[in-house]
Amino acid sequence: MIPYDKLPHTPIASVNSVVVKTGAWRTFKPVINYEKCIRCMICWKFCPDVSIRLEDGSSYPAQSERIKETIKEAPVIDYDHCKGCGICAEECPTKAIEMVPEEK
Amino acid sequence: MVRMLLTGNKTTAYSAMRSRVQVVSAYPITPQTTIVEHIAEFIADGLMKAEYIQVESEHSAMAAAIAASNTGARAFTATSAHGLLLMHEMLHWATGARLPVVMVNVNRALGPPWSVWADHLDSISQRDTGWMQYYVENNQEIFDTVIMAYKVSERPDIMLPSMISQDAFYLSHTVEPVDIVEQEVVDNYLPPYDPPYRLDVNNPAGFGSLVMPNHYYEFRYKIAEAMEKAKKYIKEAAEEWYEITGRDYRGLLDCYRCEDADVVLFGAGTMMSTAKEVVDWMRAEGKKVGVARIRVFRPFPGEDVRKVADGAAAIGVMDRAYGFGRGGAFFNEVNSALYNHRNRPPTKNYIIGLGGRDVKPRHIRAIFNDLLKVKDEGLDEEFRWFGLRRENMPEEEI
Repeated sequence: MIPYDKLPHTPIASVNSVVVKTGAWRTFKPVINYEKCIRCMICWKFCPDVSIRLEDGSSYPAQSERIKETIKEAPVIDYDHCKGCGICAEECPTKAIEMVPEEK
Repeated sequence: MVRMLLTGNKTTAYSAMRSRVQVVSAYPITPQTTIVEHIAEFIADGLMKAEYIQVESEHSAMAAAIAASNTGARAFTATSAHGLLLMHEMLHWATGARLPVVMVNVNRALGPPWSVWADHLDSISQRDTGWMQYYVENNQEIFDTVIMAYKVSERPDIMLPSMISQDAFYLSHTVEPVDIVEQEVVDNYLPPYDPPYRLDVNNPAGFGSLVMPNHYYEFRYKIAEAMEKAKKYIKEAAEEWYEITGRDYRGLLDCYRCEDADVVLFGAGTMMSTAKEVVDWMRAEGKKVGVARIRVFRPFPGEDVRKVADGAAAIGVMDRAYGFGRGGAFFNEVNSALYNHRNRPPTKNYIIGLGGRDVKPRHIRAIFNDLLKVKDEGLDEEFRWFGLRRENMPEEEI
């Protein structure tokens, strides 16, 4: 126990959420069907938990070859931190993201 | 000294300018709107250097002020009535995260019935959020109090937010002469904000994070302790401001001719200026009356209330708000300060001026006469809705 006068004014967590894997809270996981993805990045923009990264898109398919040539990045879900809220699936204009039940 | 003719709202904008506020989050609501409009003009004209964030709601306005404060910036916002209510969740956050945000609230009635006029229920409803609360009686006091509030809030051993409430229209839209103290004088009084910890991308950390029951209690105690300590610092800040300006805010309770008064009337805001005037008139008639204006409501000046009670034979409390179920908040707090005190004169609550109804000198005179009757004959009733429209109401209540 820390005495009250040795505590800071407000709790300060030095272990931040990069380390805390909140992905374990998920009951549904978003899965991107890259065949339908037009690289609009709306999912990346809307993700409330910064759990969609933009990575080199060369190894992922896209809706067309022209899209792949024009936009070099692709959205990739960070399953260590995604809590499965489904906002990305809801916002995706081409319905390229499906929410799949987590099963073990 | 620069003396200007200013509305309460423009005075508020000048107080933010002179406090060298660095971030202003703004969302409009009557009668606050012109505060943030004037600040926007100051920034656009290059008179003030600050980030101005237009947000989509008052909840966001407070969230933005909190985040800005957390990075180590001096943050300011202003609101009224329903806007303040929408901020409620974030008001608690500012306190728990120990962020010295300063906000001006233009006291406005809550609807329905829809009303944009003066009433204290909006800020009274935020009593337990852990914000320091000041109630002012004129435009000069707005300017002075915003600057003093930053001084107190930003002390490393306080780190609590402050709310300064001014009455809708009586101050917000009324022009009065105001001394806008020179920038270098304010700079000497109010040093830049330098918090003991801040959000920093080079040293990432989470603030206000989860604690278990074995420490939550201690964090709450620390807020209580800081709030109690603030009483001393509010007086010190006022003492220093008095030495510079000659204007006296050294009491949490602003007592006017209380020392030898038989009856003392408590209350807050602009109607207390009227009450002071009436005190002079009645004193000239030989009636020993006095006024105690609650300038600081949080932390509550309980010790000062007890001092007043030691000399008074009856106490009245005017509330410009009603707590449904059990009287006005000022009345209840004055009573609670007195219950464990040896001297407990009878106390009576006058509910008055709700929704901007004028509180006139003849009303105050009638209340003082009623209190003198309480002193001689004892308490007749605890709560009186003064000026309630009814058949055969006495002339002095109209």
